[in-house]
Amino acid sequence: MAELTEELSLVKAEEPAVAGTGGQAKPKSAAASAAQPKTAATPPLDVPTGTPTVIVDDLHIVYRVYGAASEVEKGNAVNALMRILKRQGRPQMKEVHAVKGVSFVAYHGDAIGIVGRNGSGKSTLLRAIAGLLPPHSGGVYTDGQPSLLGVNAALMRELTGERNIVLGCYAMGMTPAEVKEKYQEIVDFSGIDEFVQLPMSTYSSGMGARLRFAISSAKTHDVLLIDEALATGDREFRKKSEQRIRKIREEAGTVFLVAHDLRVIEETCNRVIWLHKGKIKMDGDPKEVLAAYNKG
Amino acid sequence: MSQPESAVADAQAGGRGGQEPLAKLAARYGLRRAIARPRFPVYVRQLWERRHFILTYATSRNVSKYSSSALGQLWQILTPLLNAAIYYVMFGLVLGGKGTIHNYPAFLLTGMFVFTYTQRSVTAGAKSISGNLSLIRALHFPRASLPLAYTIQELQQLAISMGVLLVIVLITGEPIALTWLLMPVVLLLQTLFNVGAGLVMARLGASMRDLNQLLPFITRTWLYASGVFFSIQEKVVGAAHMPQWVADVMYYANPAASYIEAMRDILITKDGGHVPPDSVWISCVFWAVFALCFGFWYFWRAEERYGRG
Repeated sequence: MAELTEELSLVKAEEPAVAGTGGQAKPKSAAASAAQPKTAATPPLDVPTGTPTVIVDDLHIVYRVYGAASEVEKGNAVNALMRILKRQGRPQMKEVHAVKGVSFVAYHGDAIGIVGRNGSGKSTLLRAIAGLLPPHSGGVYTDGQPSLLGVNAALMRELTGERNIVLGCYAMGMTPAEVKEKYQEIVDFSGIDEFVQLPMSTYSSGMGARLRFAISSAKTHDVLLIDEALATGDREFRKKSEQRIRKIREEAGTVFLVAHDLRVIEETCNRVIWLHKGKIKMDGDPKEVLAAYNKG
Repeated sequence: MSQPESAVADAQAGGRGGQEPLAKLAARYGLRRAIARPRFPVYVRQLWERRHFILTYATSRNVSKYSSSALGQLWQILTPLLNAAIYYVMFGLVLGGKGTIHNYPAFLLTGMFVFTYTQRSVTAGAKSISGNLSLIRALHFPRASLPLAYTIQELQQLAISMGVLLVIVLITGEPIALTWLLMPVVLLLQTLFNVGAGLVMARLGASMRDLNQLLPFITRTWLYASGVFFSIQEKVVGAAHMPQWVADVMYYANPAASYIEAMRDILITKDGGHVPPDSVWISCVFWAVFALCFGFWYFWRAEERYGRG
């Protein structure tokens, strides 16, 4: 929730500044570039086979945020009572139109990078593809169950790393046999050694991030959605986790990647979608889209 | 090669106006809506497949809950005991609620522990969805796992309380009786009821933000109506001279009162425990089955909407 409201405030702050530059992408150029990525795919990726795996059809996502009251109406009891008496409803409840009519088709073997400024709806779009946020209108059609890479929300700081590994694995839908099988691998990969017996609240932030990444990347998926800021930690671990992401991508059918680090996107994706204020501004070859994105 | 390109063209067209091409394309390749609600039997099966998660989640929450307090898990027993002590002084001694009740301390504690179990399940259920939005927005699982896990967490706590209760019942001079074997049966029925009630509250709590503020008052009213520290029969018929059916309604229309009554019959009466009368059993079973079926159905109906905010 905190993360959402933070994004919200960023949207609001952005609003007046970008009013002029917004608007529709030229459909022609987008269509032309969208046809290209198949030839421009990076070597380790298998070329898209042409079977659609994810179809997003005129998707709109609206969610309600509570407690985002502005300075003036900030709540004391008298104000709250006045609002009820004046029948103003609930001003602290705001509707956020995060994704406004997005459509695209993703194919087997695609690795699609999603770029855009803070609050442009990237994370919301990923959650909608994962089937975690219901669409306001339009729809998302998928082949199998897309999964978000990340179990942070299921873990508990007060528990030991050991318990958290088991809990996280179950939360991702593993069976007891799978958990047993993966347990040692997760401990080894995270490199937290004997700290696994201590509560996660005693970990350094790097150790916590390593353990979380190790848990969330222990499962393979058909359609995988990766939100940014996964590869944290020291340089050695970053290298390890980049390799792991590459491996996951090879095993998964279709991958969506949200990142602010454009270098990562350029290296790993064969197609880039540029979201701007909830709409697709450009969709196509990574080089072209990223060049345009960097310009404006 | 040509196929994907045309599909992308479809996508471009779909973005601006007609939606049909994309929906058709999805149908042609057998893609399904990401957020379709599974049919009810499928849903129950998915829930069963998640049993390990539900159990682990409940245990983990129990372990982490008291990890910051010095007495730790002891509070699970201390809280209802302290509550019972206050009620004993207030209602038993000061206001004379004791009346002619046999073995009042055991009477009070039984009511307290049984009622607390239902009350906490209901309260926890109301928070199970609204308090876990980040989890719901990050991972895919049948949402009923959460209210279920919360009820199981309460059940785990109750197991300890029941041990304490048995000790106290013995100390206060009740003999061990064969009827004690019926205890798990009553607890099972009550658990089924609590699961159902928790599911209903979970859906209500997900959409009504103010419910969590209101619940303490509702549960307190419920506590007073359930005859936890007085005998409904004695107060309603004996002292207030109301007709017998009023007392019957208070016993049988209130699931909490039914479970308390059944448990008291089993554990404490003047000549040792006895088997609860049929009417109490019928009420206990009815509430368990009704709440469970209705709760699951009601919760499942909104499955795809949880997490919207």
